[in-house]
Amino acid sequence: MTDINMQQTGSEASRKRLEIIRASLSRRHRAEAIFKGLGIAAIVLALALVGTLFWQVFSKGTPSLFQSTLHLDITFDPEVVEVGPAPEAGSGLSPAEYEEAYLDWRRALALVNWNELIANAIRDVSGTEIDGGDVRALVDNNAGLVLRSRFQDNPDLLGQTVPMDLLVSANGDNWLKGTIDRDLPDERQQLSADTRNLLDELRADDVITMDFAWHLFTNVDSRTAPASAGLAGAFMGSLYMMLIVIVLAVPIGVASAIYLEEFAPQNRITDLIEVNINNLAAVPSIVFGLLGAAVFINYFHLPISAPLVGGLVLTLMTLPTIIIATRAALKAVSPSLRQAALGLGASKTQMVFQHVLPVTFPSILTATIIGVAQALGETAPLLLIGMNAFVASVPASPLDQATALPVQVYLWQGNENRNFFEARTSAAIIVLLGLMLVLNAIAIFLRTRLERRG
Amino acid sequence: MDMIAGRGNMAEQNTDKAAKVDTLSDRRVRVSTRDVCVFYGEKQALYDVSIDVPDRAVTSFIGPSGCGKSTFLRCINRMNDTIEGARVTGKIDLDGDDVYDPSLDVVELRSRIGMVFQKPNPFPKSVYENIAYGPKIHGLANSKSDLDEIVVSSLRKAGLFEEVKDRLHEPGTGLSGGQQQRLCIARAIAVGPEVILMDEPCSALDPIATAVIEELIDELRENFTIVIVTHSMQQAARVSQKTAFFHLGKLIEEGPTEQIFTNPVHKQTQDYIMGRIG
Amino acid sequence: MNSLVVAAVLLVLLGLAYQVGWSRSRTVAVGADRRLHSRPAYHGTLAAIWVLVPVALVLGLWALFGPGVTDSYIRSQIPADVAASLEPAQLNNAMARIRSIASGYGVLGEPQPFENQAGQALRQFQLISFLIVIAAAAGLGVLALFAARRRITPALRARNQVEAVVNALLVACSAVAILTTIGIVVSLLFEAIRFFTFISPVDFFFGTVWNPRFSTTGTGGEGDYGLIPLLWGTVMVAFIAMFVAVPVGLMSAIYLSQYAHPRLRSTVKPIIEVLAGIPTIVYGFFALVTVGPFLSGIGNAVGLDIRATSAATAGLVMGIMIIPFISSLSDDILRQVPKSLRDGSLGLGATRSETIRKVILPAALPGIVGAFLLAISRAIGETMIVVLAAGNSPILRLNPFEPTSTVTVTIVNQLTGDTDFAGPQSLVAFALGLTLFAMTLVLNVAALLIVRRFREQYE
Repeated sequence: MTDINMQQTGSEASRKRLEIIRASLSRRHRAEAIFKGLGIAAIVLALALVGTLFWQVFSKGTPSLFQSTLHLDITFDPEVVEVGPAPEAGSGLSPAEYEEAYLDWRRALALVNWNELIANAIRDVSGTEIDGGDVRALVDNNAGLVLRSRFQDNPDLLGQTVPMDLLVSANGDNWLKGTIDRDLPDERQQLSADTRNLLDELRADDVITMDFAWHLFTNVDSRTAPASAGLAGAFMGSLYMMLIVIVLAVPIGVASAIYLEEFAPQNRITDLIEVNINNLAAVPSIVFGLLGAAVFINYFHLPISAPLVGGLVLTLMTLPTIIIATRAALKAVSPSLRQAALGLGASKTQMVFQHVLPVTFPSILTATIIGVAQALGETAPLLLIGMNAFVASVPASPLDQATALPVQVYLWQGNENRNFFEARTSAAIIVLLGLMLVLNAIAIFLRTRLERRG
Repeated sequence: MDMIAGRGNMAEQNTDKAAKVDTLSDRRVRVSTRDVCVFYGEKQALYDVSIDVPDRAVTSFIGPSGCGKSTFLRCINRMNDTIEGARVTGKIDLDGDDVYDPSLDVVELRSRIGMVFQKPNPFPKSVYENIAYGPKIHGLANSKSDLDEIVVSSLRKAGLFEEVKDRLHEPGTGLSGGQQQRLCIARAIAVGPEVILMDEPCSALDPIATAVIEELIDELRENFTIVIVTHSMQQAARVSQKTAFFHLGKLIEEGPTEQIFTNPVHKQTQDYIMGRIG
Repeated sequence: MNSLVVAAVLLVLLGLAYQVGWSRSRTVAVGADRRLHSRPAYHGTLAAIWVLVPVALVLGLWALFGPGVTDSYIRSQIPADVAASLEPAQLNNAMARIRSIASGYGVLGEPQPFENQAGQALRQFQLISFLIVIAAAAGLGVLALFAARRRITPALRARNQVEAVVNALLVACSAVAILTTIGIVVSLLFEAIRFFTFISPVDFFFGTVWNPRFSTTGTGGEGDYGLIPLLWGTVMVAFIAMFVAVPVGLMSAIYLSQYAHPRLRSTVKPIIEVLAGIPTIVYGFFALVTVGPFLSGIGNAVGLDIRATSAATAGLVMGIMIIPFISSLSDDILRQVPKSLRDGSLGLGATRSETIRKVILPAALPGIVGAFLLAISRAIGETMIVVLAAGNSPILRLNPFEPTSTVTVTIVNQLTGDTDFAGPQSLVAFALGLTLFAMTLVLNVAALLIVRRFREQYE
């Protein structure tokens, strides 16, 4: 085989090769375009699905942020409010005796027919005579309580007329918003024809307006008065739990990350611990709920439904996240910083706490926020420790019965008055998502901000 | 001391090659570039490079690190396309076809201009599959026996067949560094390119493996046009017939290797060769 | 009030101890001809630790036994003849009244003479015992401070001792994670074993009927606790979820890591991370009010009977939930494949998709499989979506358009609102939890090991 021979065959072969390659080019580029298109389609699909989710939640929930509110001039008519003067503290009564007298007075208040005051006020604006049953259908059950507590706080109101805002009942709200089909036959409507007409009339006269539902944030949950049910209790429950998570999970998590990353000997045991922590991060949340039920409640007899137990369970769940993130942050600190610190005569403990840890602060902060956001949205384990109990008060301490925001979502979605609570649940989700987005946005902001500076 | 020893060695090599070098100017120009500039975003990395690469010879690009020699090499088969924000102006021709002509298919271009990288990068597949990869994607083999033939001949051309014939189906990543680099060369050959670009192919290898590769390059120029980027002047002197010296993004001087190393025109070239810069 | 006093005493003592340690160390350093081994701050901290330990011990003991001691004191103050005449509930009531009198709050009605007496006595007892405890704590603290002060010499390795304490605290914190795992395993095992005293493991693991109600008639009073229908439901829902999530998640990860412009990437990636953090209850609600009716509408249109709450609904929505998870993990894995492999393939003239399909994906395969395993583990452990959208029907059915039930749903159903753990009805939740934990453990550990080996390969 001579040199020239080889060159000739070489160039001929390469011509043939080029022809083969050229022939296949359009097919290959088509395959390329399809593949890339699939990638784009996947992202668009994923974003579209989540977009649908958000759109659904927001379009369903936003109307619920505004609620039909009755603006009435209530007269505290002495003929209806037939109670004596409120007892006064001191005046020769022991605290226990005063307490009893006060309770008696409040009992008398409870017996007052507050709905009659409302009926009178409605008669004054609309000219329609209505009875107590009509009031209950028209106005939220909580309205009587609102009047009562207003009077209880200020007994001087007796005989006076004051403007008050009262919530329309859930069924009335449905009717006015059209969340129940207005064309349904009479027997399938929740409200009588008269009440419906009255509602429309009051709405037309602007006695009923759609006001922002502040009570959603200030009221507690309520079964008897669904229209005035709010998130305040759940919010406090979640707040207590998040505080417990921050107070416990962050120091413990950071401390164990420091130990494992900086001090622990590298051997099979540390290896096992690492696998253990990574596994814990992926253990289903409901298993932590079982742990809480068996250990905290059944063994240690901590109170059921208490944010304390919820907080402890969520702490254990959040711990791995914080440990893993902190270890990663510690690992990323440059060895030169460590050597510089050690070289200046710092002990290992001094090096870690005074030089390495401050550098990792942004990452630890971000991990904490993300961990807390995760814990905030967790539902399943809380169901197992009784936090799905109905609680109609704001918990005063982490030991009181409480529920949490995501659990409140769970409870509300199960309410029988679907027409009303579907929107109300969506509104609760908006609040929950809003909180989570704020937390995540803070985390992302801090990460970019602090990392740029570092 | 080292420098002087190197130069002595170089001189010997060059007299050896004298016979081949004199034909250099007669050779066909395979790749020709005119006023090539490269920008990374706002920054200009290469200034007006014009050079001709002769057929079936080894052309080496030398210069201190960061001088733009690798950047320029990657322009020839448009590997810079994969870098965000990179922009190339000027003209690069391969056998008269404009490489940056929008109608020219980059897939076809790269099948004509193979590339070997700084670090051996065999795919995490068997030796056989590594070589067969190119012919398969380009549809060059009609049958299993065709493919076997391409694989064996490519391995032979890369001088690797005898060493790996018993472990064709073991992972390519299990070979030694030098063998891996020859595997990558065989992988490039298997597609049947006309030009092979080598980006510091020996920088990650020990001296013995380097010597083997250099010998291989010398053999390969019988059939391929080779452009090699190297930071080792000795290597350029040993394997190449034409040398181009780059400094700070500019082509300072180009010419027959012997001339560049023995009688450079520019002071900068001389300084670099004497070891004063770089 | 009391706790405020305690806190104040504690703070004063600790501050004093720190100060004493600090200044003492400086004094001895001046007197001696050698330099201090540790800086004064460490001597101060060490002294404070010395004081803290006995004080905390005393206070802790009182917190633990104080209430019991007070109780027995009150009981001793009730005349024996009165005590004998009272029912246990009345006795408790009397004790509560005595407490009320002692606290100055007063009681309703006229207190009995013995109540008044006991109340006064209790008041004194509480005051005295409180003073004794505070005095004991403070006294011990001061003694410890003296001891600590005497120990201070220039040679004292105060820093090392403080660091040893810090180190011990760190170890204790690390133990929490391990204790959690031990706690999970032990509590699940313990309660599961109690369950297996009611129901044989064979009936549980291989039973095909789930009907945990007391049957009112006949034998077999405990009902049926067959795991198989639940397990099947779990697997079916997880499979549907993976069927949805894998193609979408993987393809979007491929696009983001291989094609997307960095700017697009840096916008989309955080969005995806936030999506991964949406609470699952939200997805569950979405499934219930949107996806379920939508699927059932489609079913009506094509003449299929699709139930609004079904395995398909739950699986589909769970898939949507897992997409960001898979996408995020796969993206990380794909980016760890060295760029040199990509360049090598592109340099041979391969198109991008050929490079991805034939070089990058095979190279990343172990890592991606690991990511999938983690996703499966997440799918089978997911609770709220299936609680709301799977229909809670623990019957062995093959049709994914029928309602089903899963292990997690059943845990919630069996345990919610019940904490006395007396019967198999609630205990079965722990046997189910154990099964779930074992399944996810295997998946997680396998995934972790695979991913770790993958990472090491390219490091």
